[in-house]
Amino acid sequence: MARRLHNFNGGLMLDDHKHEPTRIAAAPSHIPPRLYLPLHQHIGSPAAPVVQAGDEVLKGQLIARATDYISAAVHASSSGVVEAIADFPLPHPSGLQGPCIVIRTDGHDRWLKRDHLPRRDFRSRDAHELRQEIRDAGIVGMGGAGFPTAVKLNPGPKNKIDTLILNGAECEPYITCDDLLMRERPEEIIEGMRVMLHILGAANGVIAIESNKQEAYRCMLAAVQAVRDAALEVIMIPTIYPTGGEKQLIKVLTGREVPARGLPANIGVVMQNVATAAAVYRAVVLGEPLVSRYLTLAGGVPHACNLEVLLGTPIQFLIEELHGVRTTVDKIIMGGPMMGFALHSDQAPVIKTTNAILLSTVADRPLPARGEPMACIRCGECARVCPAQLLPQQLYWYARAREFERAQSHHLFDCIECGCCDYVCPSHIPLVQYYRYAKTEISAQLRDKQRAEIARERHESRQQRLERQKLERAQRHEARKAVVESGSLDELANAESRDAKKAAIQAAVERAKVKRESSGLEVKNIDGLAPEAQQKIAEVEARRAHRPPPDDNTVK
Amino acid sequence: MLPLKTPSSPHAHAMSSVSIVMLKVIVALIPGIIASVYFFGWGTLINVVLAAATALLSEAFVLRLRGHAVMPALLDGSALVTALLLAVALPPIAPWWISVLGSLFAIVITKQLYGGLGYNPFNPAMAGYAFLLISFPAAMTTWLLPEVVSGVHLNLIESLRVIFLQKWPMELHVDAVSMATPLDLIKTQLGVHRTISEIRFGTSIIGDFGGKGIEWVGNWYLLGGLWLLYMRVITWHIPFLMLATLFAFSTLFSLYDPDVYSWPMFHIFSGGTLLCAFFIATDPVTAATTPRGRLIYGAGIGALIYIIRTWGGYPDAVAFAVLLMNIAAPTIDYYTQPRVYGYDK
Amino acid sequence: MAILALALLAVVFGAVLGYAAVRFRVEGDPLVDKIDAILPQTQCGQCTYPGCRPYATAIAHGEADINQCPPGGEAGIRALAELLGREPKPLNPENGAEKPKSVAVIDEKICIGCTLCIQACPVDAILGAAKLMHTVIAAECTGCELCIPPCPVNCIVMLPLKMDPATWKWPYPQIPVKHIAGAHP
Repeated sequence: MARRLHNFNGGLMLDDHKHEPTRIAAAPSHIPPRLYLPLHQHIGSPAAPVVQAGDEVLKGQLIARATDYISAAVHASSSGVVEAIADFPLPHPSGLQGPCIVIRTDGHDRWLKRDHLPRRDFRSRDAHELRQEIRDAGIVGMGGAGFPTAVKLNPGPKNKIDTLILNGAECEPYITCDDLLMRERPEEIIEGMRVMLHILGAANGVIAIESNKQEAYRCMLAAVQAVRDAALEVIMIPTIYPTGGEKQLIKVLTGREVPARGLPANIGVVMQNVATAAAVYRAVVLGEPLVSRYLTLAGGVPHACNLEVLLGTPIQFLIEELHGVRTTVDKIIMGGPMMGFALHSDQAPVIKTTNAILLSTVADRPLPARGEPMACIRCGECARVCPAQLLPQQLYWYARAREFERAQSHHLFDCIECGCCDYVCPSHIPLVQYYRYAKTEISAQLRDKQRAEIARERHESRQQRLERQKLERAQRHEARKAVVESGSLDELANAESRDAKKAAIQAAVERAKVKRESSGLEVKNIDGLAPEAQQKIAEVEARRAHRPPPDDNTVK
Repeated sequence: MLPLKTPSSPHAHAMSSVSIVMLKVIVALIPGIIASVYFFGWGTLINVVLAAATALLSEAFVLRLRGHAVMPALLDGSALVTALLLAVALPPIAPWWISVLGSLFAIVITKQLYGGLGYNPFNPAMAGYAFLLISFPAAMTTWLLPEVVSGVHLNLIESLRVIFLQKWPMELHVDAVSMATPLDLIKTQLGVHRTISEIRFGTSIIGDFGGKGIEWVGNWYLLGGLWLLYMRVITWHIPFLMLATLFAFSTLFSLYDPDVYSWPMFHIFSGGTLLCAFFIATDPVTAATTPRGRLIYGAGIGALIYIIRTWGGYPDAVAFAVLLMNIAAPTIDYYTQPRVYGYDK
Repeated sequence: MAILALALLAVVFGAVLGYAAVRFRVEGDPLVDKIDAILPQTQCGQCTYPGCRPYATAIAHGEADINQCPPGGEAGIRALAELLGREPKPLNPENGAEKPKSVAVIDEKICIGCTLCIQACPVDAILGAAKLMHTVIAAECTGCELCIPPCPVNCIVMLPLKMDPATWKWPYPQIPVKHIAGAHP
């Protein structure tokens, strides 16, 4: 099937640095002495631990459950003992620490017992059931976003999906983990794709591979041809950064644009990374939760390579495992050179969304430090390469001047932070940093505004309450004064008021009794008690039935 | 492990910088400058040196006053480019203080006073030129006859004496070697009601398509400009639209009344048209930035050049056309924002 | 002739403007509401007014300056300056200093249940009753610190909010500006 490809605006042709690591197969990495599993490796609510310090866990055992619909579970990547659940360095650009479950591994790597024969009968199973298995396996988007896959595979009744796209583009330089996965485990990817097609009820499945991955293309094509499924096609796309971006890839393959503030599901498309598809296969067919992933280690290392790494492995362990790494590393990038972030600590662990670790040495090799920024000369190169068709120059001016409203009117939040503008800027201005600053600042201001609104409402309610109390007090004071002044009417008035009150209470009791009897509601909090306790309660009740009613003085 | 550096992404960069861009522009100007020297003598080169020296010195001085680091700013080459563009627009026999004053005005007042590189709303070279034209009209409109016409060649020493001391070599009278520019000539001749064909074939200074000599200098600027296009330093929008609009206007009017309106090739190959199209109008700091905006900007300059040349008070309109469109550039940008991915607009 | 023409133009344009002023009049928000929308609603009183609304009213009437609100910080002053068309100025140190966002926490071992803090809290963020344990509802606490002085046993402390990756902000890019020794800054 020849599918007509479209273009997206802008983009760059970059040196891909992919030759070296793809010459060798991916090797499984060793088991580190400790695994650090953050509770929040995904988009959505953090997972909640279901183990505690001292518990023994097996590989694949659930150690934290999903807390919400948009949330994901965490599983033990190897067997051992839970050492602690505490704050440890997170793989996050902030360098902050966050709650992690630490497992001291025993080296045996024993799997949790699964009497799970490979279930290849996914076609006969319900989509809901399959989604639940994917959810229970803790699978999230492994291309970098980390969105819970089970949620993405549930676009809802309003969105009719016709195309599932598997993103094998891997457009960032240096990263080759998906490339190797496609070469080594194409059947898993294809099978996972078919599971997802079945869940979505989509008619077409497209696997997109960039033209610099000829070998991977051949392997995937062969695997697709082997299953003889007419719904699947493998497409080669031109190697332009950032073709692998979700919005750009959808435009290239289908010509449709994802509506602003909308989702691909709105235009009938769902996209998943190839590694996610392989993980879906492992979960649904083999019953394995997500415990490891392929990862590229490149940059200032003697031999760039790909490893299959257990989730939770500290980066430092990986670096040390590669003997001969120069100790002059002073920059560790998690991700690619265009969109990856620098780590503050080498103790940060590998998580579900880590696709590459790039090292750079003191001599700034191979990722040179940024040149001294100069003034913007308004050359317009940034706008020429922007894949979102924005005006990065204007966004820069407004973000720099902290004019956040204007920045938003120029569609700041449509920026995908690909870094193309920054890459070409002749003045070496850190454009993406300005946009990130503006975005988080605007989000924080929005949060503050919402909190301030609530505080204002509470304050106003409190003022009203105080006013009302003052008024009531004044009224009562007036009423009492009037009664006192009227003298003889005192007794009568008091008695009248007392009678009125008594009648009101009696009426309320009657109403409650009627309601209780008519609804059949009985107080049931004594059901579960032991017979002796029940006996005691019965005695007390009997005593109370014979007591005289309370007199008026106790009624307030 | 050493303490880790945590810069923001991206961690890679293209091999480009402001200096490299400016260097390419200078390289593209060199053929035209050489052609200028060939046709009009050493005067152009002396002007270039004077303007460049003044520009760099004055920029260094103002940067020091402002407390900025001087060397990185000087090395970016933008002052040099401004000086070159101004110098090649000046008459080769203009007194030395013309180049110096023009350069000073361009750098200090038009550029640095507004905030330096990237912050000036007006094209510095053109602002300097306009300032000189308005203040010293006589000195600015006395061009040298191209050597192919006058047969006179001033060597370096003689040129220096002319420029610095206003002393001509003994045997020459200034009238024999100087002239008004072809544009000026046509304007004044039209004013005495001669027709275009009479003027064209009646004088020796108008060549095959433009002013003699000047047309060939223009060709070399054209070549330099095309190289800049190829090197992706400039985009096609502004030069193409400017020339196309100028061509369209002049063709229209010339067809309507060829005796009163100059022919299209003349407009394109005379004056500073080609220099402007590829080097001056494309100055990124002062031009429009959006693609559609650049089309409008280029077309505006082309139209204004024709209008001012034909009906305005000055013979060559490039400087004023550019300055007028500089004023409009921000508004043009505002109304020509491109459609963003995912939006219908 | 020219005078007549100019006079006529003046009359015509004057009529047009007058008509437009009446026909197209826009009822804007009262200024006090706009100012109040910018203020952070901490209701702390550091501005010397008993709450954010009185301060907003004072600003609108020109009785108070725009730099008296520490919780609003520099961003707040700038927003007020932009709204009112004035120059932003630094926070007045007499009104306090910008502090990191904090919430009040009651040490339950010491609390005696006197309700003085409950009465002081401007947003009713303290839960409790007489002789019963008091506690601060952290989500509602604005960090105004008005509960601290009334407490007779000093059991309330302000704890800064812990930064977590979800609320972390990218810093403003700092480009070091090189100054030459001896030159004016």
